[in-house]
This record gives sequence, structure tokens and C-alpha cells, in this order.
Amino acid sequence: MGDSSTKKSMLSRLVPLLTSLARRGLAGWFIAIGLIMVIAIVAMTLLAPWLSPHNPSAIETGPPLSPPSSQFPLGTNKMGQDMLSRVISGGGIMIQVALLSVVICMAGGVPIGLLSSYSGGTLDRILCLIMDSIYAFPGLVLAIAIALMLGRGVVNMALSIAVVYVPSYFRVIRSQVLSIKEMAYVEAATATGAKGHTILSRYILPNVIPSIVVVATVNFADAILTAAGLTFIGLGVSVDIPDWGYDLTVGRGLLTTGVWWVIAFPGIMVVLLALGFTLMGEGLSELWNPRLEQ
Amino acid sequence: MNGDRIIRVEHLKKYFPVEKGFLERLLTRTRNYVKAVDDVSFSVLKGEVFTLAGESGCGKSTTGKLIVRLIPPTSGKIYFNETDITKLQKEQLRITRRRLQIIFQDPYASLNPRMKIGQSVGHPLEIHGIAKGSEKRKKVLEILERVGLVPPEQFMNLYPYQLSGGQRQRIAMARSLILRPEFIVADEPVSMIDVSLRTTIIDLMLDLRKELELTYLFITHDLAIAKYISDRVAVMYLGKIVEMGSKQEIFTNPTHPYTQALLSAIPVPTPERKKKTLELKGEVSSAINIPPGCRFNPRCSYSTDKCKKTEPELIETTKGHFVACYKAEA
Amino acid sequence: MIQKPQHLLTVEGLTAEYCAQRGRIIAVEDVSFSLDKGETLGVVGESGSGKSTLGLSLIHLVPYPGRIVKGTILLEGQNVLKLGKEKTRDLRGRRISYVFQDPMTSLNPVERIKDHFVELIRTHEPKVTKADAITRARKLFKDVGIQPERIDDYPHQLSGGMRQRVMIALALALDPSIVIADEPTTALDVIVQAKILDLLKSLQNRYGMALMLITHDLSIVLERSDKIIVMYAGRIVEQAPSSTLYTHTQHPYSQGLLKSIPNIELEEQKLTAIGGSPPDLLHPPIGCQFWPRCQYIMEICKIKEPPLFKTGIDHLVRCHLYAGETSG
Repeated sequence: MGDSSTKKSMLSRLVPLLTSLARRGLAGWFIAIGLIMVIAIVAMTLLAPWLSPHNPSAIETGPPLSPPSSQFPLGTNKMGQDMLSRVISGGGIMIQVALLSVVICMAGGVPIGLLSSYSGGTLDRILCLIMDSIYAFPGLVLAIAIALMLGRGVVNMALSIAVVYVPSYFRVIRSQVLSIKEMAYVEAATATGAKGHTILSRYILPNVIPSIVVVATVNFADAILTAAGLTFIGLGVSVDIPDWGYDLTVGRGLLTTGVWWVIAFPGIMVVLLALGFTLMGEGLSELWNPRLEQ
Repeated sequence: MNGDRIIRVEHLKKYFPVEKGFLERLLTRTRNYVKAVDDVSFSVLKGEVFTLAGESGCGKSTTGKLIVRLIPPTSGKIYFNETDITKLQKEQLRITRRRLQIIFQDPYASLNPRMKIGQSVGHPLEIHGIAKGSEKRKKVLEILERVGLVPPEQFMNLYPYQLSGGQRQRIAMARSLILRPEFIVADEPVSMIDVSLRTTIIDLMLDLRKELELTYLFITHDLAIAKYISDRVAVMYLGKIVEMGSKQEIFTNPTHPYTQALLSAIPVPTPERKKKTLELKGEVSSAINIPPGCRFNPRCSYSTDKCKKTEPELIETTKGHFVACYKAEA
Repeated sequence: MIQKPQHLLTVEGLTAEYCAQRGRIIAVEDVSFSLDKGETLGVVGESGSGKSTLGLSLIHLVPYPGRIVKGTILLEGQNVLKLGKEKTRDLRGRRISYVFQDPMTSLNPVERIKDHFVELIRTHEPKVTKADAITRARKLFKDVGIQPERIDDYPHQLSGGMRQRVMIALALALDPSIVIADEPTTALDVIVQAKILDLLKSLQNRYGMALMLITHDLSIVLERSDKIIVMYAGRIVEQAPSSTLYTHTQHPYSQGLLKSIPNIELEEQKLTAIGGSPPDLLHPPIGCQFWPRCQYIMEICKIKEPPLFKTGIDHLVRCHLYAGETSG
């Protein structure tokens, strides 16, 4: 099958990458483990149609609210849907939302951050004010407010998360740019007659990228959790697609009746995915800014 | 070396405003300034090595950066080949930049860590649209060889972190030279390089001066190096030139008390020298609160009332030798 | 039998290394020397010479991932490296004190100067009262030439030169036998530098302590020390009294170093640099560490590392050119 051969070629590139990471010490391990976790979960979601034993949306696959058993290893929910299948297929929405929000965030936050800190002056002051105000808001509350305004849907969820996260990129980029601006190699570029946009794109941006990547991984993790939260309170997507967030909402209500398996397993998956990204972020951060200098 | 003045600086000043807290700004009217460069005038002759010497905070680096227009002057004028470049902007400034270059002190900070050597050195050619592709590569290889990095091909694809301080400084020089400038400001180019390697860089600079018809403004706190490389020297103190003259004059006949103290303080590599460091009271005053009169007077053993009241002018005592000191005038 | 008088400090076969991700670096290799009361020893070397690591080893303070692999450091007969934690802490500041390179970052910015002294003195002598500690500090200030009122200031209120004097005062507070000054003047201007060095000399005359000057500036050590150790790639390559080192420079590296520094008192000087690059401690050459840059190499230099040869009274050189002399 086409998929398994592409999988093989990806794996063959992956293994040397992982071994070289493992040799880089603890930071490398973090990145490697985080990477494996994320890839595993994403792969699982992509291969869901082939992996799930039952149709995750089909009601009354089994007796409703039955605890984990040999037939249904993760139990069934109120509508008799198989939880294992739902867990395997439920990541799609979250991953899409997280990915989209990170992309929107970077596309917006990075240029704004670069321009603001490089030009300085009034523009910088105004943008700082705006960004600090957004930053001061509790993220989830703001996301909820925006989601309420925009309505449901993957894109709208992504947008609301993105708006909340732009200030983080802005701050990180700004602090980096401010220090890089003073470096001799930027002065040297000015002295050779380079124009502002050249300096930004070839001298400043490449040196800021490591920080951007680190923020992006934390962004991913946060987006996943926020998406779960939004769905939790009903601002997610429609109910017929299997979604961890939805199961978390429903599962919470069922907890009081002793039905723990509907909330637990999707919950674990959300945590694992967020953790994978966080580990990568931590590892990359340690790798690029080692705490132990020789 | 002809007598043309390639650079002329007139009454150059650079004052940096001191940032104040919010409350202070409300309550006080006065603005405080760090007077980094406080009325400096001199000329540099074509083909010479003119040194600005002095301790840290005297304004020598700031002067260098002012001349290559990295920072705007507060007041005063800068002439390059008798053309006023003080107020040039944008395109005209960019074109002028080709002929005025600067080499920085820190070889570890003056190269973009994310650009390969070949890219760094070749970038000025791109910026000014002088050469592209294989033509550019040819010029880069040429200049790398000129600064002693052989074989040049080996260095093209390396990143700065793979090279030593001395090598990086040569690359910074290559980058400045690829545009064939006429005038180079060298801001403490060897102070962060191992002592035993400094002369290679200095000798390289002197060789290139002959080959490429360059003029240098050399900035240093190390008067021993100044003696080795300079034709003329200007000693700066707290933003002003206090003594200026040929190397010969300055080192054999230092007239200003500060210059004398400075020279006597330099360690000499001979054991058991019977030398006494000339007594100099106190410390350098802050550049924000410059003492009235001669700014050196609080530390000077010869200070008189006149010194405390009015600032002495830079006056020519013997041919080509200028001093700003009432004692020297006498 | 006449007993040889014991030196104040005897270092024997000191070797220290750093083990990091990129590999193993030998920072100090087989270093031996002695120091007597009232003596000034200059340790001179450039990047990769190991001089700073040597200094830190003497107070057993080599930072992780470095460690001392072997050797002994005898201070008045006691091996510094074998002292327990408590005794080592007691040693630092009291018997051997260390003046760090950068006065900007060596003082605690949120503590007043007087508190630095109080803390230092009372850590080692808990019975001393705060008031007594401050009195002692004021006296030290007089010795180092700072107005006693400045004792109430914070570090940022003092200039670089003053901060360095404070560091020296702190170094003397407990009357140590040895003061190690690591690049004491690099961050300072030349006039302040001269004053600080004069100060150290006069304090030495007054208190009789031994001084170890670690620096890359050969001029300073030639001018101000009694004897000099020249270090290269972690080894001692030459050791001699200052005047001997100046008149009979033997090791090619020392010669090269001397010829590369501009002497302000000479008229027309032809300076020469030492070719090549600083030593690559990750991939050291086989044989003599200096051979890649040496003008006088012989076949044996690339194969066998030379031991220290004794070429005169108190003059040691690590170079095969002097193999004819007695091995020291």
C-alpha cells in the first residue's frame, strides 16, 4: 500500500535523526522523546480509518456505558460508541486547530514583532501597549470571548487561539531583536550600506529563528489545551465528528455516576500530545541556549 | 603620502541624553547629557595612520562611529575629500559608505553567526550591485587571499564559530575591503586578540595600506601599539583632544600632563625599571558632570586658578604639535 | 644534613581537565612550582594556556565540568586538595585569597560594600561583631586608598578602579599568606592599572604576603614579578627569575612572545608575531605542544614531548633544543 512505503522512507530518515539527537545529551533525549510522541499521535490520527476497530461515530456498536473489557478495551460511551475508536480518531480536530493557530500566529506575530522592535519609536510603543494588554488577559477567557464572537468551527477556534498567542511571539522576538540590533555584525551591515529590510531579513531574522521555534512548540501545546477547553464549554465543532474535546465535556458529566473511562482516555491523549510538544520545546531551548557554558 | 586631507572634522559633538525616571522627569526641568564627544576638530591626511588614543570613556570610539556615519552627530561637520557628508541621507549616504568602512573590536560579534564566510564577505558586493554569481565569488576569493586566509576556497563555506579570533578579524577586514574603500576606521582591532598574534594583523593592515592606498583612523587605548603603527596621534580625554601631533613629537616630547601620566603608566617589558608612575589624583570625572574650566584640572598637579575657570584651547606649540594646556603655552 | 627550608606553597605535578560534550580538554598538565613568603610570581599565558584554571586549582575551585586529576598543592606543608569541605572553605579568603578578573560582576550588586566585608569576616571569624568588622574594613579602605565613607555605597556607585580596590581590600581582610590576582587589570584603564599594581606592591611590602599575578600581559610580569612561569597549552614551557627571562629568553614561545609586544621605550621596533593559531586543546598535537608554530622544530619535537630541562639556577625550559643540559 502506498502509505506503508512512504512510511518506510520517512522512518529511514527518522532513525538517523533520532540517534544523532540521543547523542546530544539530555536535551537531545527530550527532543527525541517529544518528537516520537508527537509523530506517533499524528500518525495514529492519520491512520485512524485503518486502525480503529469500529466506526467511531456508529451508535450502539456496543452496550452503552460499558466499562473497559476485552471486547471494548476502552469501554463505550452513552451512545454505545466504542471509546477506543473514538480515541484513535479524535485527535484530528485538535491537531488541525493547533497547527492552524500556530501558522496564523507566526504569520502575524513574527513580522509585527520584527518591525516594531527594529523601527522603535512611537510605533513600537503603541504596539507594545496593545500586546501587553492582550497578554495581560487570561488566555482562555480571551479565547472564549473571541470564539463567542466568531462562532464555531475549526478556523474560528484557531483564530481565537492565535490572537491570544501573538503577544508571546511579539515579546520573545522583540527582546531578541533589541539585543541583536546592538551587535557589531548588524552595525557592520549598516556600515556597508545595507538597507533596513535587508538587515532584518538576513541579519536579524536568521538569528531570531531559534527562539521562534521554541515559542512555536509551546504554542502548539497551549493551543491543544485551549482547543480542548473551548470544546469543553461548547464552543468547539459539531458533534458528529469524533473529538477528544467533546468527549472530555461529555465525560465530565458522567464522572459523578462513576463512569471514568469516557473522560480519562481522551484526557490522557490530550496531555500526551501537549507533553510531546512541550518536551520538544524544552529540548530545543536547552540545545540552543545551553545552561552549562564551558 | 600626499598632503590632501581625506577626512576633516569640525567642532564635532555627540551628546547622549541620560534616561531619567518618570518622577525625575516631572520634577526637574534640566536634561542631563553624557557628553561623549565634546567639540573635536582634526584632519586626517591621505595615506596616513592617524590614531585616536585614550582610556575608556574618552570618546574615541564614538568619534570613529560618527565619522562613518553610524550614529548622527549632535552638531559639527564631517568632510570627506572636502565634501560635506554630515547630513547625507539614504541613497547618497549609501554610495558614500562604499568608501568609508569600519572594523570593530570584537571579532566574535562582528560576523553574522548564521552567514557563511563567503556570504558575509560577498554581501557588500550584492548590496551595492557590483557583482553577482561567479564574478562575486571570484572577488571574494581574491580578497580572502589578500588578507592571508589561504587557501581561500577552504574558508568560503565555514561558519564564524569554526574559526579563531584572529581569523575572524581578518574576515571582518576582508569584508570591509571588498568594496575598495579609501578610508577605514579601525576601532581597537587587536585588543581582543592574543598578544602574540596582534602584530600579524597590524602588519597586514600596514601592507594593505600600501597595496590598496588606504588611510586609517586607528582607535586604541594601548599607546604602545599606537607608537608602533601611527604616523600621527591625538590623545583624547573626556570627549576632547588634549594633545595632537606626530608620533615622534607625542612620544618623545609629551607636553600635556595627561599624556605624560599616560605614557608613564604603560608597563614596559623590562624588569626592575626605575620608573615612577606619575601621580595622578582621583579618577576620571563623569562625562555627565564635566568639571568647569579645563576638564583635566581636578587630577592635574599643575592646576592653577585659570585652569579651573576657563577651558584651554588646542594651540599649536611647535610645528604640527597641538596642546590644550595653559602650562604648555607658557 | 641541612634541611631545605619549606616553601610557603609547593605545587607538584598538577593536572586538571574538563570533560564536556565535545570532548576532553587537558587544561593544566603536570605543573610544578613553588612560592615563598613575600615573593611575586607571574604566570603568563594566552588563550588556552591554562593559567586561570591553575589559579582556581590552588583554592580547589575548578568549576564543573572541570576537575583536578592528580598532583599535590602543599600550603605550609598541608595538601590543599586533601582538605575536607570545611577546611577548604576556611582556606579560601583566609589563607589564600583570590582577586577575580572582572570587578563588575564579582561584587553582589544588591549588597552594600560594608556588608561584603561583614559577611566575609564573620564567616571565617564568627566571634567578630558587625561593628568590629566594619572598623577593620575602614582601615583596609585606607590601605587601598578609598575614602572610608564609600563603605556604605553599593557596587554600582563605584568606578571600575574603585571596585577593583574593594576586591583587593576584601582579599586582604583576613590577612592571607597568598593573594592570587587573576588578570587584575585587564578590565581597567592603563593609569588605574598602574596604580593598582603599585598598590599591590606596597601592600606586599607592608604585609609580607606572596602574590601570584596571572595575566596575558608579559610587560606587567616582567616589570613587577620576581619570577615568571610561561604557560602554553596547559604546560609550563619556561620558568625563570624575571631578569633572566628577559635577558636569556630560551623557549621559542617565550622568545616569540617577547618579540611581539611593543615596547614604548624603544625607538624603531620591528615586531614579529608567532605564526599559526592558538592551541586546539580538543585535538592536541603529538609531541611538543608548540611544534606547529615553532621555527626551530626538529624531528623529535613531533614525536616526544620534551620534559623540563634545567638550564641554569632556577631556569627551566621545556624544549628539545636544550636537551644537553641536566634534566630538572
